[in-house]
Amino acid sequence: MNWYHYASPSTFYPLAGKLVPWFAVLAFILTTVGLYISFFVAPTDFQQGEGYRIIFIHVPAAWMSMFIYVVMAFWSAIGLAWNTRLSFVMARALAPTGAMFTFVALWTGAFWGKPMWGAWWVWDARLTSELILLFLYVGVMALQAAIDDPRRADRAGALLNLVGVINVPIIYFSVTWWNTLHQGSSVSLARAPSMAQTMLWGMLVMALAAWMYTLAVALARARTLILDRERRTEWARAVLEVKA
Amino acid sequence: MNWESWQAFWAMGGYGLYVWGAFGMTLLCIVGEIGLLRRHRIQSLKRLRRMQILDAQ
Repeated sequence: MNWYHYASPSTFYPLAGKLVPWFAVLAFILTTVGLYISFFVAPTDFQQGEGYRIIFIHVPAAWMSMFIYVVMAFWSAIGLAWNTRLSFVMARALAPTGAMFTFVALWTGAFWGKPMWGAWWVWDARLTSELILLFLYVGVMALQAAIDDPRRADRAGALLNLVGVINVPIIYFSVTWWNTLHQGSSVSLARAPSMAQTMLWGMLVMALAAWMYTLAVALARARTLILDRERRTEWARAVLEVKA
Repeated sequence: MNWESWQAFWAMGGYGLYVWGAFGMTLLCIVGEIGLLRRHRIQSLKRLRRMQILDAQ
């Protein structure tokens, strides 16, 4: 398989255009199923009552916030190493969605923390490192928006991406390295999850929905970014003719 | 079945503000992101069309 073929913007653009609706439909179906499990199948928690149901967005959003950052850093590294245009576009296309999930993780965390801990916010290691992740996302986007030359902006943003990736393991292990108010992980590969089966399933379905949403939105954004960059080329002009 | 009535569903056992505050903001963020993305796309296509018209002259 010739990967370089798909790395060319003119082939990637229509391919991504075909994929976006499929991922969008999958995201919609999975969200519907996930929400149904979250509210109607998963039982009431014996300690936290109905308040725990925030978990069904909080945990998937927090997973995505870290995962998207790592993927972004991966594309940045590929871009810096091989100077492939599409890699930088992918890194840029993921940043706003990553920032959105980071914000959602923080927000839902606050709305969970208030009733259970009695505080919207505490400066513990988990919360603080997640807030730094939000600043990293915003910082990368602001830096790239501030540099006019897209190629220089790509490289500068990619460099910041790579430096910032060190924060991801810090977030992940913060609950074991420091004595945090935030609880340790309920789901781990090493041992059986410490929660009811249906709760776990609800969370996993919602996480899968978040994946599909991210794929749909990031591919759609990559398409628009490509169109902006390639606007002087023949094939980009031809896009209009198909549309019209 | 967890809920005896719609009222009980919206009340969320007294955690209504927190549960719906969390889910509501998430919905807002998703709608907002898709809205911004759509606007960006429409603007890009408009610019492309303008450039084409200018070229034709």
